[in-house]
Amino acid sequence: MKTFLMILAYIIFAPVLGAVLSGLDRRVTARMQSRVGPPILQPIYDVLKLIQKDSLVVRRSQNFYVAFFLVFIIFTGSLFFSGKDLLLVIFALTLADIFFVLGGYKASSPYSIIGAHRSLIQMMAYEPIIILVAVGMYMVTKSFYVADIVSHPGQIFYHLPGIFFSFLYILAMKFSKSPFDLAYSHHAHQELVKGLTTEFSGKSLAMIEVAHWYENMLMLGFVWLFFADNILVGAALTLAVYFFIILVDNVFARVKWEMALMSSLLVGLLLGVGNIIVLFFIRR
Amino acid sequence: MNLLIFLIAFPALTAFVLLFLKNDKIRAITITSAAAILSISSIALLIINFHQEIQYFSLETHYIDKAMFFIEVLLTIYIFYIGWKYKKYIVSGLISVQFLIMAFFETKYNRDIIVEHVLLVDKFSIIMAIIIGVIGSLTCIYAIGYMKDYHSEHHKALKDNRRFFSFLMFIFLSAMFGIIFSNNLLWLYFFWEITTLSSFLLIGYNKTPEARNNAFRALEFNLLGGLAFLIGIIYLYRFYGVVELDKAIYLGKLGALVPAALISFAGLTKSAQMPFSSWLLGAMVAPTPVSALLHSSTMVKAGVYIILRFASALQGTVLGLILALIGGTTFLVTSLIAISQSDAKKALAYSTIANLGLIVLCAGVGTYEALWAAMLLIIFHAVTKCLLFLCVGAVEHRIHSRDIEDMSGLIISMPKISIMMQIGMVGMFLAPFGMLISKWAVLKALVDFNPLLAVFVIFGSSATLFFWVKWLGKIITVVNQEYDLEEGMNKTETVPLYILAFLTIGLCGLFPLVSTALIQPYVMEIYGMTLAMSQGNIVIMTIMLAMVMLFPLSFINYGKRVKVVDAYLGGANIETGTRFRGAAGSVKDMAMKNYYMEKYFGEKRLYRFGVLFCFIFIISMFMVLVK
Repeated sequence: MKTFLMILAYIIFAPVLGAVLSGLDRRVTARMQSRVGPPILQPIYDVLKLIQKDSLVVRRSQNFYVAFFLVFIIFTGSLFFSGKDLLLVIFALTLADIFFVLGGYKASSPYSIIGAHRSLIQMMAYEPIIILVAVGMYMVTKSFYVADIVSHPGQIFYHLPGIFFSFLYILAMKFSKSPFDLAYSHHAHQELVKGLTTEFSGKSLAMIEVAHWYENMLMLGFVWLFFADNILVGAALTLAVYFFIILVDNVFARVKWEMALMSSLLVGLLLGVGNIIVLFFIRR
Repeated sequence: MNLLIFLIAFPALTAFVLLFLKNDKIRAITITSAAAILSISSIALLIINFHQEIQYFSLETHYIDKAMFFIEVLLTIYIFYIGWKYKKYIVSGLISVQFLIMAFFETKYNRDIIVEHVLLVDKFSIIMAIIIGVIGSLTCIYAIGYMKDYHSEHHKALKDNRRFFSFLMFIFLSAMFGIIFSNNLLWLYFFWEITTLSSFLLIGYNKTPEARNNAFRALEFNLLGGLAFLIGIIYLYRFYGVVELDKAIYLGKLGALVPAALISFAGLTKSAQMPFSSWLLGAMVAPTPVSALLHSSTMVKAGVYIILRFASALQGTVLGLILALIGGTTFLVTSLIAISQSDAKKALAYSTIANLGLIVLCAGVGTYEALWAAMLLIIFHAVTKCLLFLCVGAVEHRIHSRDIEDMSGLIISMPKISIMMQIGMVGMFLAPFGMLISKWAVLKALVDFNPLLAVFVIFGSSATLFFWVKWLGKIITVVNQEYDLEEGMNKTETVPLYILAFLTIGLCGLFPLVSTALIQPYVMEIYGMTLAMSQGNIVIMTIMLAMVMLFPLSFINYGKRVKVVDAYLGGANIETGTRFRGAAGSVKDMAMKNYYMEKYFGEKRLYRFGVLFCFIFIISMFMVLVK
């Protein structure tokens, strides 16, 4: 029953919270750039408007991939928030993201395909670190289950600082924020037009937006795991991480894919694997 | 026991019959029915022995041993002769050394050797038997149609030697059955050498200088492995007085690891681990059914089979750790190199080596969890990789290229084959399909044993993800509509593809059953404990599988409520939807290429590192043993 309620809560509240956070993001970003910025609920207005628009496609089946992206993101989030196996969550997330990338390929437009490619490069960069998060959590709590990890006494962060910071490093990729907004971004300064999402419009674009709200909440859930011992501290630090990402977004310029890939692999190896090595020898 | 002997003897007899059948049609019927009989008998083996534990069989083998020795002499003379003829003196040298040792051993000890149990059958041999019996047979059926096109359309200059080709394929299957049922190591060694020789002949089938060179390379490496195997057996006999597999494993558990190491070394050469990988990469010059056979159900699987037999003895030893490092390094390096490959067969070859590396890694770790994961890998990899090779072969014959870049729009030009191919690809890396379940199991096993070994898997897997998706993306991208290329495909080619694609998906659904019926009893037999995936996770995986299967249903909505427009080309589209106005008013076609990142993941750059590291590991393996 509790599982069912958690899933229901995620399905209903995650997009709302995600939209509000996204609205806050725009507002804060605007203030950093000395603008007033849109209303907090602007992302929701945008999506409602998008739904009424015509759907223009290059290939007739491209939208199916996006629909499955949304479905699997919701599925993944439900797994996570109902306390299931963390590795399974990661694999399901990969499956979802791959549907999105394939949608970009299917659209058969040069811009969307380069976007899809860059998205893949980023996946190659962040995937190891996300799995390292799961492995690290397992080493600390002796369980892969989110439910067990959350109920572990003591802040996990103290055992996994290296893994936490490497995760923080790649988080900008998952939020598609600078310096890692190579594949597509909200900003107007994109050399690939709209990258991966170039050929999507109307309902499909709305679905992509909503999927990202769900996905963002899931990623913040990952951050929260590090501080899950205390709900208030956890929530506060998770929010702090979110604003840190916004700050970084406004401070840094976009990097090239080589830099994104190589630096994340390096960070993963040094901080992430380094953390695992230390933990392994301490706990032996 | 009769069934075991039947499974070994029947393909061999069929092979000789095929050699004398001149009529194409009759030969096709013979191959198909023999393949059907083989599949059914291998499944019958499972049903008959379902509730049995490991069984050993004794046999009066005096005459068989004599016959084997006689055949070995013939093979030796043949190999020595071709080595001499083509000035491959290493080959001649290796075979002579091998023969001298063998002859010395046979004459000096032959009378004293007592073999208690010649044959064995347990759950592991049954799994292997089904893989060889079903997937190997399907490859043989596929080869009928493929080889017909191969000679009539693509290699007209080449002498049609299909009788010999099918002869070799069936001899190969026979030898594989021999390997997995032999408990007498001398028998195992005999069959081992037969696979070496027949793979040599198959790789060199089209007689170009390249094919000949690659075939000789395969022969050199495998003879080297064979030599180590032989020395392992003799060592075992000289110091412990036995020549049986089960006793060797038992001695290994007690700490006598030298024979285990030598035989594992042979396994490494046969399963193309670094630094011996180049022979398998070279083997792709052969016709595609050969690649499918070598890569999925036979040959390389024989290598990991023998290493996995010793897994329980390797657990926690330095030797095991070194093997694990070799497997891990091979997995990581070849997965990265695969990114830079645009030749479809070569990309598949690298992926095979990588997955075998994963299996060797598990064998080196040797815990019950690792063994469980390795068995899963063997099963799923065999089915999926065979499907992929056969698909690539079919595509190559139609588009006259096996470059991944030429495969764009395959979903339009060859819809059926491309769907099979997509099933194979997602089967290789994506949840909830087989290979991902296996990798997941590997990851868990490694984290429990030593998380540092998991690092190889974590970083390697993300590279495999990258190269599979970009290939998958290429197939579904459509630039210029092409007409239907699938017309006139031979049934013997398409039916095996359908069966394999069905198996790829079906095995994922049936995976819990495969695990409880076959893998767990085997792991239980050896370790006294076993594991299974938790019920909750199985349910979730099944839900995911069901959801993914719904994807084709979305095509009911195909083209509804959407407006079709041209792709955005900077607002400069002209004429057709795929052209744009370039500089100075020129008209240009749009073109899209995948990233191969040659600069970072190039073969030349990374291969050397892999070879160097694995070479050091192998040297240290022997140094540890000598101590």
